[in-house]
Amino acid sequence: MIDEGLKSELQKQGVYVTSMQELYNWGRANSVWPLTFGLACCAIEMMAASMARFDLARFGAEVFRPSPRQADLMIVAGTVTKKMAPLVVRLYNQMPEPKYVIAMGACAISGGPFKQGYNVLKGIDRYLPVDVAIPGCPPRPEALLHAIMTLQEKILNQKLTGPDRPRHLNADVEGEYPVPTYGPHDLQPSKNSEVWQPPPIQR
Amino acid sequence: MNAFAAQPPKNFEVKPKLDRSGTPIGDLLEISMGPHHPSTHGVFRMDVVLDGETVVKLKPVFGYLHRNHEKIGENISYLSSMPYTDRLDYFCSMTNNWAYALTIEKLAGLAVPERAEYIRVIMAELTRLQSHTCLVGFFVQDMGALGTPMMYAFREREKILDLFEEVSGARMMCNYMRFGGVRVDVSDDWIARTKQLVADYCKFLDEFETFIAENEIVLARTQGVGVLSRELAISASITGPMLRAAGVNYDLRKVDKYGFYSRFNFKVPLGDHGDVYDRYMVRVLEMRESIKILDEALRDIPAGPVMDPKAKLRGFRPKPGEVYGRVEAPKGELGFYVISDGSPNPYRYRIRPPSFVNLTILEDMCLGHKVSDAIVILGSVDIVLGEVDR
Repeated sequence: MIDEGLKSELQKQGVYVTSMQELYNWGRANSVWPLTFGLACCAIEMMAASMARFDLARFGAEVFRPSPRQADLMIVAGTVTKKMAPLVVRLYNQMPEPKYVIAMGACAISGGPFKQGYNVLKGIDRYLPVDVAIPGCPPRPEALLHAIMTLQEKILNQKLTGPDRPRHLNADVEGEYPVPTYGPHDLQPSKNSEVWQPPPIQR
Repeated sequence: MNAFAAQPPKNFEVKPKLDRSGTPIGDLLEISMGPHHPSTHGVFRMDVVLDGETVVKLKPVFGYLHRNHEKIGENISYLSSMPYTDRLDYFCSMTNNWAYALTIEKLAGLAVPERAEYIRVIMAELTRLQSHTCLVGFFVQDMGALGTPMMYAFREREKILDLFEEVSGARMMCNYMRFGGVRVDVSDDWIARTKQLVADYCKFLDEFETFIAENEIVLARTQGVGVLSRELAISASITGPMLRAAGVNYDLRKVDKYGFYSRFNFKVPLGDHGDVYDRYMVRVLEMRESIKILDEALRDIPAGPVMDPKAKLRGFRPKPGEVYGRVEAPKGELGFYVISDGSPNPYRYRIRPPSFVNLTILEDMCLGHKVSDAIVILGSVDIVLGEVDR
């Protein structure tokens, strides 16, 4: 790593030095393209965030791509039902690495007000690795902007090498997440224990 | 002619092209549009069978957003269902609230103070304005005008949502009405600003219409597309702007005269051909009528309480009975059917959503059209999946 003092001294002389990792992360953090993927009420607030008043374009994230193959970020905006959950996981698998997930709203986090429902998945984090969760029902567009900023910070601090490197740079792990199927009573399997590790309940 | 003596539905089946020996030319192609598709307005799927580019069969598939609304409503108290009604048609929480409050008021025999009735009318018409505006934005986007019409529509929507937020505390999920009135009173300042917004809205509508109503592409894509006949519309119990675009004069604000709608002077715009363009135009004209209602309501709103003093929020147990209440939501007739057995929870809680019923004739409208027209036709139905699947 280059010394910070030397770096700023060089910058004054018009010489910019950086590392590959910083350049790569800087580029990625400022062009997070979300997937056009609305599930329920939160999707309207997601659209409102991309419109003139809130202007998601300031964060380089206004290019909503309808195809998962061109998207970096999946904003799970709304209630994920058990009928929809396999499709959400399949869409996530179709996105190219590196990819991120924002769980927007109470429903995507935990089932929210519809948690008692027999058809509602109690949180998308049972199947997908969620990077940022936004509480609210629905969250305001400002909350989505904050989530995007949090995600950018997370991307900027990612290591490309070493044991902390992201999943897609590790050749040993499986690239895709298993897609659940419709079972007789519930989704099979009902959770992906690789990503869903809730803390044990203390009684 | 008696409009309700419905003609037997025309056989809309389109046969694939045959050669001289009677075998079909080419193959039929079955494609599945959705549930993840940018123009299905949510998680809705259409199984379309195509001959070339012509739709020969279309099967709508729902249920991707089934959130057990009715079952949850039977297990919680009457008042607890009020915030859930916000999430039915998430563009129009105020009218959903009103429909539910109206139903329970009918069941429990509660009277609504005059000021509260006026506030309800104002809220419902503001909701209609923003819902129709957004619909036009989405609908033009479906025709390929990406971005700009939506930007205009959402710019105006934000102004209305600011007013909602000020009185109810939430932008979208207002949860504002209560059995026997509304939750909080509006201030004089709020009324003054709403007047200003309504005055400005006319200018916006003029601007929006200049761009869209006579646009050559819009005319080519919408006129004569997705024609819904008057007979089919009546026999399939279509309601709302879709029914009126087919030329049937049926608006619950005039038929039921719920609330104080009999006091306002407004017209019911009717279409002539029942095609997609008429559906667009009926909504544009309805917005103009809403502005007239808002002008009158904001001028005449009396002072007074906003809640019925007899109304009881906690421990609310209506007497046994059944009731059906309905209002004219921006998308059509929104009805609630509630059976009470005297306990704190409803025994049966059923919703009649307008977009679900309006969607049932999608195949009849799409057959024989190109697949890109099916998108425009779906856009003109104005569905919200929270309401379709409940």
